[in-house]
Amino acid sequence: MSAIESRTAMSAPMQSTSRLGNRLKQVALHTAVFLLCLVWFTPVLSLFVTTFRSESDSSRTGWWYAFIEWRPVLSNYVEAIYLTGVGRSVVNSIVLTVPTVLGTVLFSAIGAFALARMRFRGRIALFLAMVGFQVLPPQLVLVPMLKFFLALGLTGTFIPVWIIEMGLTVPFGIFLLYGFFASIPSDLVEAARIDGASEPRIFFQIILPLSGAVLASLAILQFMIAWNHLLIPLIFLGSGSLSPLTVQVASLAQTNAGGLNTLTAATFISVIVPLVLIVTLQKYFVRGVLGGAVKG
Amino acid sequence: MANVNLRDVRKIYNQTQVIHGVNVDIDDGEFVVLVGPSGCGKSTLLRMIAGLEEISDGQVHIGSTIVNDMSPKDRDIAMVFQSYALYPHMTVAQNMGFSLQMRGNAKAEIRTQVEKAAKILNLEPLLERYPRQLSGGQRQRVAMGRAIVRNPQVFLFDEPLSNLDAKLRVVMRGEIKALHQRLGSTMVYVTHDQIEAMTMADKIVVMRDGFVEQVGSPLALYDRPANLFVAGFIGSPGMNFLSGRYASGAVWIGDVSLPVSDLPVSASEGRQVVYGIRPENLAITDDDGLPLVVEVIEPTGAETHVVGHISGQRVIGVFRERFTTRPGGVLRVKFDPRKVHLFDQQSEQRIN
Repeated sequence: MSAIESRTAMSAPMQSTSRLGNRLKQVALHTAVFLLCLVWFTPVLSLFVTTFRSESDSSRTGWWYAFIEWRPVLSNYVEAIYLTGVGRSVVNSIVLTVPTVLGTVLFSAIGAFALARMRFRGRIALFLAMVGFQVLPPQLVLVPMLKFFLALGLTGTFIPVWIIEMGLTVPFGIFLLYGFFASIPSDLVEAARIDGASEPRIFFQIILPLSGAVLASLAILQFMIAWNHLLIPLIFLGSGSLSPLTVQVASLAQTNAGGLNTLTAATFISVIVPLVLIVTLQKYFVRGVLGGAVKG
Repeated sequence: MANVNLRDVRKIYNQTQVIHGVNVDIDDGEFVVLVGPSGCGKSTLLRMIAGLEEISDGQVHIGSTIVNDMSPKDRDIAMVFQSYALYPHMTVAQNMGFSLQMRGNAKAEIRTQVEKAAKILNLEPLLERYPRQLSGGQRQRVAMGRAIVRNPQVFLFDEPLSNLDAKLRVVMRGEIKALHQRLGSTMVYVTHDQIEAMTMADKIVVMRDGFVEQVGSPLALYDRPANLFVAGFIGSPGMNFLSGRYASGAVWIGDVSLPVSDLPVSASEGRQVVYGIRPENLAITDDDGLPLVVEVIEPTGAETHVVGHISGQRVIGVFRERFTTRPGGVLRVKFDPRKVHLFDQQSEQRIN
């Protein structure tokens, strides 16, 4: 037996053991992931199924009976949208969220650009203060803010909600974008400067187009936050005609106006928008959050 | 096109002076290379001409204007960066046309200018590609194209070939040189590679630690380096330095005397000097030559490099002829006395 042959003969059983080990590891991993998914999705599934069951079905049997005798009804959705005002509050939620998201992205980007790319006194102190103050709970500012906007007569409009939602996320947004902007090679900015671009032009034509992924992830993040906030719209908009989904669903839960199945339908409506957003834009989200973590 | 004049230019970062009063005159249409080891201030100087670094003291003239307080875009210069600094989200055509777009030129005119520059650099088939789809050499050419499109008074190059492999570097070196001949523009070029400096420059500025060591044509610097630093920096393999004592018309290393030609030597008797001789100024001779104890022999085909020592001092020789001596053996060599460079050991300045 030649040297090469004997080596092959020896390594063959070793290889198969390690392959078996890998296989076992994979099975264990997949089992764990599957169990986690089960734990996460069972409540969502029950919610989803319940929204299509009639009130009488739900009172008699558990939600899993839907798989045994499938008798879907749409009445829960119809009721949720038309009778309890959820339809209107979807529009309110969108009106509340979209300007908040756009504003957050724009102001975070401007702030991060100034901190990362311009030289001025107190730059570092400002940055550190902004990062540091994020540890304070947002509830702290709500009373002064309410007094402030009451004095201006702006409560009961979307304006204070937009401003406060932006104000709460922009520092984090700046923090997120700062790292990314700082990692853009300074040669690019200098080349643009020599090419005759002004600072705003550098910002809009060089920096922003290169930051699509990270801006998208900030936008998605802020969308989720603003969409799901209950406290701030509740304080500044009340539960009247301007109230967003969160407030509407909460009050629905309290009054029990439409019954349990209508409530589940309303809840599902409030979940569906962020869910669709996350699923369709998740590749941007992951890319943005991980951007700069490794050399690309 | 314009001349560039640096008058007592200084750069001070937080009380640390990195450029110490540099005076350089660059004529209209001249190709000037700033060369020196890393950290010598050559890039900083270039960036001061570009307007990317503030000038702490002194004046920079471009043409007849003092540009100290002008922003980069108003200096009518174009710069090629080591990283190329191409805008990743723009096509080649957009990259090249960006400066004209900033100036507010009409789209049709931008297109014409870009196509003209692309033709010079053979970039026409690549105009709609993105930088990430290009090879290193192509990116380099786009970076040059971006500079050409502006038709600037002065071209500035900051180590533009450092990111290319050795073979491509030689090709691009030729292209830049050809471009200079074609455009006839003033070009200032920074490199740490003395071969690049020698092959490309009309005039070389050798820098060290923020000081200009010598300014001159490549061959002037090679043939008459002003001091030990320039002598050692220019040329590859580098000049041999043998320290000895000057006495009665020759340099003595122990009891070996090294010939010095009849050039006037401003050294007094008994002074400690450095005797410099370039490797190609050594010649193999008969038994009466100096004994070079051979350590390493490196044949390159056309010539053979020999590393060894004479009286304990390291010497490199480059010979075109073939010989049979092996490492450990002794090769008899003689120095060309007309090609000897003498430097004062203390001041390191040339004394012949």
